[in-house]
Amino acid sequence: MKTFTYERASTPAEAAAASARTPGAKFLAGGTNLLDLMKLEIEAPQHIIDIGKIGLNKIESTPTGGLRIGALVSNTNLAAHPIVRRDYGLLARALLAGASGQLRNKATTAGNLLQRTRCPYFYDTNQLCNKRVPGSGCAAIAGFSRQLGIIGTSTSCIATYPGDMAVAMRALDATVETVKANGAKRTLSLDQLYRLPGQTPHLETTLEKNELITTVVLPPPVGGVHIYHKVRDRSSYAFALVSVGAILKKDGTGRVAVGGIAPRPWRIESAEPLLPSGAKAFTAQLLKGARPTKENEFKLALVERTLAAVLNEAKH
Amino acid sequence: MKFETPAGTNPIDQLKVIGKPTDRIEGPLKTTGTATYAYEHNDEVTNPAYGYVVGAGIAKGRIKAIDQTKAKAAPGVLAIVTAASAGPLKTGQFYVDRLLAGPDIDHYHQAVAVVVAETFEQARAAASLLKISYTKTKGAFDLAAAKDSAPLIKQGQFSPPPTTNVGNFEGAFASAPVKLDETYTTPDQTHAMMEPHATIAKWDGDKLTCWASIQQINWGVRDIATVLGIPKENIRLISAFIGGGFGGKGTVLSDIIAAALAARAAGRPVKVTLPRPLIANNTTHRPATIQRIRIGATPDGTITAIGHESWSGNLPGGISETATAATRLLYAGANRFTQLRLAVLDLAEGSAMRAPGEATGMMALEIAMDELAEKLTMDPVAFRIKNDTQEDPGKPGRKFSSRKLVECLQTGAKQFGWNKRQAKPGTVREGQWLIGMGVASAIRGAPILKSAARVRLSREGIVTVETDMTDIGTGSYTIIGQTAAEMMGISLDKVVVKLGDSTFPESPGSGGQWGAASATSGVYAACVKLREAVANSLGVSLEEAEFVGGQVRGGNRSYPLGDAAKATELVVQDEMTYGTLSREYAQDAFGAHFVEVGVNSYTGEIRVRRMLAVCHAGRILNPKAARSQVIGAMTMGVGAALMEELVVDKQVGFFVNHDLAGYEVPVHADIPHQEVVLLEDLDPTMSPMKAKGIGELGIVGVAAAVANAVYNATGIRVREYPITLDKLIGKLSING
Ligand SMILES: Cc1cc2nc3c(=O)[nH]c(=O)nc-3n(C[C@H](O)[C@H](O)[C@H](O)COP(=O)(O)OP(=O)(O)OC[C@H]3O[C@@H](n4cnc5c(N)ncnc54)[C@H](O)[C@@H]3O)c2cc1C
Ligand code: SF4
Repeated sequence: MKTFTYERASTPAEAAAASARTPGAKFLAGGTNLLDLMKLEIEAPQHIIDIGKIGLNKIESTPTGGLRIGALVSNTNLAAHPIVRRDYGLLARALLAGASGQLRNKATTAGNLLQRTRCPYFYDTNQLCNKRVPGSGCAAIAGFSRQLGIIGTSTSCIATYPGDMAVAMRALDATVETVKANGAKRTLSLDQLYRLPGQTPHLETTLEKNELITTVVLPPPVGGVHIYHKVRDRSSYAFALVSVGAILKKDGTGRVAVGGIAPRPWRIESAEPLLPSGAKAFTAQLLKGARPTKENEFKLALVERTLAAVLNEAKH
Repeated sequence: MKFETPAGTNPIDQLKVIGKPTDRIEGPLKTTGTATYAYEHNDEVTNPAYGYVVGAGIAKGRIKAIDQTKAKAAPGVLAIVTAASAGPLKTGQFYVDRLLAGPDIDHYHQAVAVVVAETFEQARAAASLLKISYTKTKGAFDLAAAKDSAPLIKQGQFSPPPTTNVGNFEGAFASAPVKLDETYTTPDQTHAMMEPHATIAKWDGDKLTCWASIQQINWGVRDIATVLGIPKENIRLISAFIGGGFGGKGTVLSDIIAAALAARAAGRPVKVTLPRPLIANNTTHRPATIQRIRIGATPDGTITAIGHESWSGNLPGGISETATAATRLLYAGANRFTQLRLAVLDLAEGSAMRAPGEATGMMALEIAMDELAEKLTMDPVAFRIKNDTQEDPGKPGRKFSSRKLVECLQTGAKQFGWNKRQAKPGTVREGQWLIGMGVASAIRGAPILKSAARVRLSREGIVTVETDMTDIGTGSYTIIGQTAAEMMGISLDKVVVKLGDSTFPESPGSGGQWGAASATSGVYAACVKLREAVANSLGVSLEEAEFVGGQVRGGNRSYPLGDAAKATELVVQDEMTYGTLSREYAQDAFGAHFVEVGVNSYTGEIRVRRMLAVCHAGRILNPKAARSQVIGAMTMGVGAALMEELVVDKQVGFFVNHDLAGYEVPVHADIPHQEVVLLEDLDPTMSPMKAKGIGELGIVGVAAAVANAVYNATGIRVREYPITLDKLIGKLSING
C-alpha cells in the first residue's frame, strides 16, 4: 500500500469539493473493495476522503411512491428495509445473495454500484491487464476466462461487472443522483453510468473525477413476482457465474436483467416483449452478438436455462 | 520401549478417560483468542521488524537485475535480502524447492527477495518498489502435454516402486468378460488452511529461535539446519498452535528461511507471514493427476484384473502423487498392475495434502468401481463387498491387522437408506431437482512411527507431558492428555500437555495420519516408566500398584500420586519404537461414504443434501475429536468433488486463482447434513493404544461418492474433477 493523506468530509458538497482540491483523491465508503485494492496497489490514491459521515444514510419514500436510497445506506439495512422487502423483493434478494453478512454490514449502496471487476488477472499485478495498466494487454482473453464476460466485452477486456445489487437495480429502472465539485447535480440511468470497455477498459463509469453519488432512486414498485437466481459453484459467498434478476407478471410479460456476463448488468429492453415466448426466444435476442471464449461459452446456455428455471419458478 | 508383539490388556483398556468424547483442553484458549500462533509471540519478541516476501513475477527464467535503490530509500526499510546477499543455501530433505531463488527462477512466486522494515506496511510498500527485471525462458506447465514423455518414478522414501505386477494383468484383462477402461483427471489443489505460513525468527549469537507454523518439528529442525548450513543444536523451533496444515506445512518453507535470513541481516528479530495470494504458487500443493483405470470381472462380479496407472508432474526431483496406493490393497483380484509416471513441470512444488495418494487415487478408482458395477448390473455396495479381501492382495498370506470394510459398507447402507436408491440414473425428481445417491469405499494407510515423550510428576500430583508433537487443530493436546491421565489414574484436569517445541523429546509430528497413534504411544511408553518411578518412590511393588482416582494403591496402602514426588519432581522420558508387525500385517484404516445430492436440471447446480461416513480406524481415542476430523475431511472431499481446482494458466505458467476468492472451498451452506459412525475396533498390532489414524481417512472416497451420486441423479458421468455445472449443462434435460 502506498502512503496517502486522509480527511473526513461532513457534507456531500464538501466531499466533492475536497476531491477537486486534491489530485488523486478517492472517496472511501465501506472500504470493502477500495481498501483491498489499495493493499494490492491496484488502486493507489494519494488522498482519501472518508464519506462515512456525510449523512446520506436514509431511505425515504418519494412523493410519487418510489424510494430514495442514500448512497451510504448499508447493504444490510437496505435489504432489511420493510418497504424494500415488500415492494422491491428483487432488490432485497439480490443484496442477500451477495458477499457475506459481515461485508454487507460495511458495504454501502454507492460503493456496491462502483465495485470493480473480479477478473483474477486484474488482481495479480504481475499479469498483463489493460484495465489496470492501460495498453499493457489482456492476459485473460487467452487465459482463464471461465467467469468472465460473453457480451458487451471488447478485444481489450472481457471482464464483468461482478455485483448483484446493480442487477436488481437495473431491472427496477433505478437512477443515480450525483453532485459534482462545482455543486452541479445530475441524474443517470445505470446504462448511462456504466461504460462498456471498448479500447479503454480502465474507464468503467461516466462519473467525472470528483463526482459523488448521493442517492439511488427507485421508481414506484411494479408488482409481479420478483426472483433473483444466482448461479455459482458453491451455495454462498461467491460471485455469480450467471445471475438472473426478473420481475414477471401473471401474463408472462416482465423485465429481466442478467449479471455475471457483461461489463455491466445486462438488460435489453427491446428483447423483453419476447419473454412470453419463453427463455429461448428471449435469450437469443438478449445475447445477440455475444462473443464468449471457449472457456465461458457455457454461459450462453446457462443464461437461457437459468431464465427458464426462473420462468418455471414464477409459475408455481 | 519396543513394541514387538500384539498388545495385551493394559491400563489404556480401562477407558476411564480414553475413548470419552472430551472437549478440547486447549479449546478455551482458542475460542478466547489467547492461544499464541506463530505470528503472535509478542511477549517473547517485543521488538520485531517485519519481512515481506517478494515472489517471482515470471514462471521460469532468470533474474537479470534487481534494482533496490528506491526500496532501500523507502521509509522504515532496514534490510533487503536476496539470493545474492544470502550466501549459499541448500534445499531441505523433503521439499525440493529452493526457498530463496535467484538468479534462476523455477516457478511463479518463488521467493526472490525479503524486504525488512520497521512495520509490515512499510515492508510491503517498499517491496513493491523493488525493480526486478527478468529473462523469461520457456517452461512446461501442461501435464496432459507432458504425459506421454513422462518417465517412471524413482523409488524412494516417499515413493513406492514405479511398477507393481501380480499375476498376468494384461492377459486377464484382455480375456475378462466384463471390463472397464477409463481415464480420470484430478486437478491441482491448495491446502487453503486458515492460518497462513508464518514465522518469527530471532538470533542470539549463532543460536536461532523460530516460532513457526510447522507440522513436523523434527523435519523442521533438520531442514533449517540443512538449508542454512548451521548445526541442528543451534536451532530451537516452536510451534505450539497451528491454524491448520493439511500437509501444507510439513517442513520448512520460504517464510522460515526468509525470517531467519532477514533477522540476521537486520540484526533483530523478524516476523514474516506469507500473504494469501502468494501461498498457492510459492508453497506446495496437491498435484494434478491423469489416471487410467482398467478393471476386468466375471459376470458374477468377481474382479479378475485390476490395473491403475497415474501420471503427475513436479519440479525436478520432486515426489509423485502416489495415486495407485489404494488400488494395491483395496479389492481382491488375482491379476494386478500399477504404475506411476512423473513429468517435470515448472509449477510450484507438488507434495503432500491430506491423504496424499489415496485421496487422489480413490477419486478415480471409486468412480471406476461404480461404472463397472453398472456394467455388471450389480448394486455398487454389493459389488464392493463381493471383492473384499482379508489379506494384502499383492502379498498373499499377509493379513490385514483389522479390516471391516464390509461392515462399514453394510452399516452405512442401512443407516443411509441405500435401499431407496434407484439403480437407473436420472429417475428421481423433486421439482427442478434431480436426486441421486452415491457410495464409495475408503482406505488409508495407518503408519505408526517411533515417538518419544517426557513426563513429569509434581508433588501436587500434576502430570506434565512434553513432546514435540504438534496439534494442527486435530486434538493432539487432548488425546495426549487423555493418555497420560488414563495411564496415571488421574483425571484430565490434572494433566498439563506441552507440545511443539524442539527442546521436547522427538515425535514424528502431524502428517501421514500417523500423529495420534504414534504420539500417544510415545506418551504411553513414558508413562509406563513414570509408573515404575512412582512405585519405586513410594516403595510399592510395581506388580501390585494400582493407579486409580489420583491414588496409588499397593501393599494394603493408598498414597496420593503426588506423594511420589514429595522430595523431588519425578521426570522420566521414553520412546516407543516398533518391530516388524507393520511388515507382517497390512495396517490400514477403512471406511465407507454415502452421499445424496440434488442437481438442478435447469442450471446444473449441484448441492449435497446429506452425507454419511462409517469409519473403522482402531480404537477411537476421543470420539468427539475423531468425528471433527472426519466431518472436516468429508467437507474437504466435497470441495474436491465440486469446486476445488488451482487453475493452471498454461501460457503464463502459474495457478491463476491464487486467493480464497478465486479458489473456492465449501462454505457452511454447502454442507447441510453430515453423520459419522465410528465402528468399534481395537487393533493390537498397532501399539498398546490399539489405535490408528483417522484424520486423513475421512477424505478418502468422498469425492467419488459425490461424483457417483451426481451420476445417479443425472445419468451424466463426469471423469474430470471438479464436477462443475458447465460439465453437465449441455447434457442435462430440463424437467420440473
Ligand atoms: C470477499 C468478498 C465477497 C464479495 N462478494 C460479493 C458478491 O457476492 N456480490 C456482490 O455484489 N458483491 C460482493 N462483494 C463486493 C461488495 O459488495 C463490495 O465490496 C461493496 O459493496 C463495496 O461497497 P463499499 O461501501 O465498501 O465500497 P468502497 O470500497 O468504499 O468503495 C468502492 C468504490 O466506490 C467509490 N465510492 C464509494 N462511495 C461513493 C460515492 N458515494 N460516490 C462516488 N464514489 C463512491 C470508492 O471511491 C471506490 O472506488 C464482495 C466483496 C468481498 C470483499
Ligand atoms: S479481462 Fe479486463 S480486467 Fe481481466 S485481464 Fe483482461 S483487461 Fe484486465
